Amino acid sequence: MFLDYLQVFLVGGVICLLGQILINFTKMTAARILVIFLLLGVLLETIGVFQYIEEFGKAGATVPITGFGSGLAKGAIKGALSDGFLGAIRGGLQAISAGIAGIIFIAFIIGLIAKPKTK
Amino acid sequence: MKNQTVFFKNNILIMDTATMVGPKEKEGPLGEYFDKHVENDLLGQKSFEYAEIKMHVLLFKYLLNKTKLKDTDIDASLCGDLLDEIIGSNFTMRNFDIPFLGFYNACATFGECLIVAAFMLETGLVERLLCSTSSHFSTAERQYRFPLELGNQMTPLSQITTTGVGATLLNKRFGKVAIDCATLGRVVDYGVSDVNDMGAAMAPAARETMLAHFAGTGRTPDYYDLILTGDLGKAGSDLLRILMKEKGIELGDNYNDCGAMMFMGDQEKVGQGGSGAACSNLVFNSYVYKKMMKGELTKVLLVPTGALLSKISSLQGETIPAIAHAVSFIRKEEFQ
Amino acid sequence: MNEPNENYLKLVRQQMPKTKHFSTMVRAFLVGGLICTIGQGFHDLYEFLMPEMPIDGLQSLTLLTIMLITAVLTGFGVYDKIGAFGGAGSIIPITGFANSVVAPAMERKREGVVLGLCDNMFSIAGPVIVFGVTASIIVGLLVLIFRGWFL
Repeated sequence: MFLDYLQVFLVGGVICLLGQILINFTKMTAARILVIFLLLGVLLETIGVFQYIEEFGKAGATVPITGFGSGLAKGAIKGALSDGFLGAIRGGLQAISAGIAGIIFIAFIIGLIAKPKTK
Repeated sequence: MKNQTVFFKNNILIMDTATMVGPKEKEGPLGEYFDKHVENDLLGQKSFEYAEIKMHVLLFKYLLNKTKLKDTDIDASLCGDLLDEIIGSNFTMRNFDIPFLGFYNACATFGECLIVAAFMLETGLVERLLCSTSSHFSTAERQYRFPLELGNQMTPLSQITTTGVGATLLNKRFGKVAIDCATLGRVVDYGVSDVNDMGAAMAPAARETMLAHFAGTGRTPDYYDLILTGDLGKAGSDLLRILMKEKGIELGDNYNDCGAMMFMGDQEKVGQGGSGAACSNLVFNSYVYKKMMKGELTKVLLVPTGALLSKISSLQGETIPAIAHAVSFIRKEEFQ
Repeated sequence: MNEPNENYLKLVRQQMPKTKHFSTMVRAFLVGGLICTIGQGFHDLYEFLMPEMPIDGLQSLTLLTIMLITAVLTGFGVYDKIGAFGGAGSIIPITGFANSVVAPAMERKREGVVLGLCDNMFSIAGPVIVFGVTASIIVGLLVLIFRGWFL
């Protein structure tokens, strides 16, 4: 149990550490970092490496945006294999649709209620 | 005009000044010198833009009250700020019956306003002019950088936009502090493109203007009791010392930077210090002006610096052009 | 005079203070690790409560939960402080994505609900969706072409 959580912490931490290295040396902003790690997730899933990271790190691999990317790729692969062309097109978005729909709804509600504070 | 520098023959005197700052500036090292401060920088308004405008309006009213002048006594107001299309100044002047000239030179706007006002007074055609600039952390942040609630890390080189408004009332007859000469800046771009590194982008412009000023006036840095650059920040002002040394001019203990003077706290929280159109304005109109009135300072050179970029230009990969204007203030006894 | 001045740029690189690599990296590691561990906690909780649910569903629920928490923290003005401390540690987890959707939405509400809030909701996170969907379609098409390799 404890070891599981330690693995999660390690994998999640290392992915973020890599991101920080990228920020420190290239001065990239949040949007670019998110895109790069998302694409990294897509790539790792497509070449079949991601599942091993996920087995070891569990949420440590799926909570970072790379997990989102792997979900997209996984969905597209599954869709393409089962439904052909249409599946290839819609499979990716289908796999992450819960996350996207959820965040749009949440952001809309919070955006209506909350006010930004000065720092 | 020689070396971009002009000497004014007539008396161009500061009749009075007023400053208003946000809570963070009040807590800073210069806090006690500011006339007014607000507890909450939203000022009960709908948005931070309105808050900035409200501060500007309140300050004008305060200054008019203090000097017992009416709107119509003032021939023109020369204002600027950092918002798109300088709406901060435009909407402020909607509340007053004062002719209005709007200016934009980023954080060097205050210098630009003072220089134009000095020229206008020199002609003798106007009696009293009001120069003011405003900036607000929250409006600048959302316009130039990211939404306020976005969790991003401050780089060690970033500066914090000063929240505040400052105004200077210039006239020909009353006052102890005079503008005796000024150097108009040129746009200088040495190729710095990091939008978080304003100090490095503006330091060469400050050097060009200072060199032109010293060449045009025949003065040396020792002539002044205090030389203030606008908002190069701590690291930027150290860079300027090195740049000036390259040209054989040593800036001594009488050199400081308005941005570096503005905030208290470690680098994690305030980066390199303050910036914004109000920064050099606030430092001059509070701390420096009060010291000059008491006679503790007699000759001061103010060099507000501005980075002339926009969000679009930096997204298109352009480097950052910068400008600096120098305005020399002298106590009246010294002037004659 | 207004040509890029290489000597000056070199001087700037030498003189200006550098990012504190060690401390920012350690903080990114700690914050990122912690967020993922919290995610795993929710995952295990849902697994315990709903043992019949497939792993995909559990993952989606977990992500939704931590995105909701992030959105609320952003609304209360807390998440940007976590971000200032954690750097990449708070950007790369899905919470960073949620924050970058909620923050501009809140910020732009004053310019109207339709043209402000909704228009700007994806002003930062939009590229993530665009690149993600594009990449997934490319992957899908590759699968169609090299079918055998993926079976």
